[in-house]
Amino acid sequence: MKDVKINVHDITRVEGHGNIVLDVQAGEIKELKLEISESPRFYEAFLLGRKWYEAAHITCRICGICSIGHTSASLQAMENALGVEISEQTLLLRKLAFAGETLQSHYLHAFYLVAPDLLGVPSVLPLVKTHPDVVKMALRLKRLANDICCTVAGRHIHPCAMKVKAFPKVPKAEDLLALKQRLLDSVPDLHSTVDLLKTLQLPAFEREMEFVALHHPDEYALYRGAVIRSTVNGDTPIPDYKQQVREKVVPHSHAKHVSSATGPYMVGALARFNINYDQLRPESKEVAEALGLQPVCYNPYMNTIAQVVECVECTLDGVEFIDRLVDMGLHDEDMTVEVKAGRGVGASDVPRGTLFHEYAVDDEGTIVDCNLIIPTGQNLNNIEHDMHALVPQIMDKTEEEIALHLEMLVRAYDPCISCATHLLKVEFV
Amino acid sequence: MKPRVAMFAFTCCEGCGLAVIECENELLDVLNLIDLVEWREGLSEKAEEYDIALVEGSISTHADEKKIKEIREKAKVLVAIGACATTGGLNALKNRYGMHEVKQMVYGKAGEQFDTIPARPLRAVVPVDLELHGCPIDRTEFLRVVRDVALGKTPKLPDYPLCVECKKKENVCVFFRGMTCMGPVVRAGCGAICPTFGDGCEGCRGLVSNPNENAHKETLAEHGLTVTEVLQHFDMFNSYTEDHLA
Ligand code: SF4
Ligand code: SF4
Ligand code: SF4
Repeated sequence: MKDVKINVHDITRVEGHGNIVLDVQAGEIKELKLEISESPRFYEAFLLGRKWYEAAHITCRICGICSIGHTSASLQAMENALGVEISEQTLLLRKLAFAGETLQSHYLHAFYLVAPDLLGVPSVLPLVKTHPDVVKMALRLKRLANDICCTVAGRHIHPCAMKVKAFPKVPKAEDLLALKQRLLDSVPDLHSTVDLLKTLQLPAFEREMEFVALHHPDEYALYRGAVIRSTVNGDTPIPDYKQQVREKVVPHSHAKHVSSATGPYMVGALARFNINYDQLRPESKEVAEALGLQPVCYNPYMNTIAQVVECVECTLDGVEFIDRLVDMGLHDEDMTVEVKAGRGVGASDVPRGTLFHEYAVDDEGTIVDCNLIIPTGQNLNNIEHDMHALVPQIMDKTEEEIALHLEMLVRAYDPCISCATHLLKVEFV
Repeated sequence: MKPRVAMFAFTCCEGCGLAVIECENELLDVLNLIDLVEWREGLSEKAEEYDIALVEGSISTHADEKKIKEIREKAKVLVAIGACATTGGLNALKNRYGMHEVKQMVYGKAGEQFDTIPARPLRAVVPVDLELHGCPIDRTEFLRVVRDVALGKTPKLPDYPLCVECKKKENVCVFFRGMTCMGPVVRAGCGAICPTFGDGCEGCRGLVSNPNENAHKETLAEHGLTVTEVLQHFDMFNSYTEDHLA
């Protein structure tokens, strides 16, 4: 029976600061945890006392990668609090920006953060020499994803033009049509990505677990959902999200841990794929099949594959949204909002999973209460459970290999640690 | 020899580091000019030595403080990137409260275990050689500065107000649309991106030196905002003062 001591300080190729600690004595796990060491930023202290129109611009700065995701959940929450309805055009523009961000985030994860492990190199940099075509393709795909965000919202990191009720500046049809052409032209690159992934081997590991994602009867839920769906606990209305998401503070983590009524659960691309598979386009399903991904899949390493499937979905979604916008004829919209006291919840299924924002404002539109539930915060507990199940299966490997498997597992979830440390829970009296 | 560049993140959203990586069209050219030797978010490589440190984020824990001092010792050139690092950015908004109060607010009783101090820009802790402003930094400006630094030139950064850039773009001033904007007192360099996309400037790049602060506040007042609202606009990214350390 062997001893293993692993301390991966500052896990690389993840967003934010985290450590893996493993202590095995005589074959028995004495300690195994994912420590979150990211400095907390205390977002509620930023938000309280600010105005309704500032919430999206403040909360998007929680995370550079999922900035449009935070903006989307924030706007929906504030619109629900103020009783604001949005137009079809605004909905489509938001969904288009959201598809752009999902694409850029998934490409970043698949090409820069995961592919190096599968190709046995420490990062994307050596690939510039060994796989120049792959690197150029990754750059091309990412540039397109970012250009979608820039055209619709001004920029990807911290969008300017996404505001409560409407877009203060609406993109031109010709710019959208140019993006549509580039989206169509990117399909061969997507197929090359699939071919590349087919040659790479992901670790085989399964653990039966609960999956949670938004669900919407009319679409594969990303920007918005109609309910929260769990494979174990059924449907929960979005305003009642606290029934699904139960938080607690744990000593080794600056992020709170989350459970459902029955235990830890997973959110993210794999959870969405497992729950909303039927609503995927046939093209996306084909890619899933080619990559050996079928619902229900219990291997968290397959999250990256589910992300690639979603890249196909978002690419074709983008084309469809642009067609509909151009057909409707783009027009400027009224931005006036009647301010009144209220409380609202907004949810989006952002690249890393289900995100909730909740705000209460007083009759002058000042934020008096807020709560944010971040995807990675929900996944941390599940990752620790996976690690406990995985370690006994790989105990015969070297310490280096065990550490790599654990790091790869953490990376598969695509955690966003700076986000997770901003879980807000403010009860004001 | 190409300068060795390491990127580090303190308390922030890591968006400025990401903005560097989002220079997709130019990234391969940049990598010809510099040797990227460390960036935790994107690379597993770690470097014992480097010439230039690009640092995003505010200093908001004792651990941050220790690490930025180490980085300062190693780096020949320390560049602060983004509002969090140059002005304290949004992070300084928490400084309005006592640190004990802030911990209680977020984590309740369990909050006491956390190490948190008032958020500070890098220059409040160590000498900084160059500051790139914005939340996030502007890609075009970043690329220009990298080229200058790699070629041994001193980069020139604008110290005139945003309105200049905005007028060049022939934007309709957002004040005419009933919105507010900090453009008259904010340092240019972002291409006035927010007004270009129909939104008022929130001042993420900080103020020009010797800003005519009063005149601007008057303009805001002229457009019917209360003093509190005016101040809030003013402090979203610029609330840090040295009084926070008292
Ligand atoms: S300045 Fe803004 S974009 Fe840059 S790290 Fe800070 S919060 Fe993120
Ligand atoms: S929109 Fe702002 S930056 Fe542009 S001219 Fe008006 S005040 Fe100046
Ligand atoms: S317009 Fe103002 S808020 Fe927007 S990026 Fe420029 S300085 Fe920052």
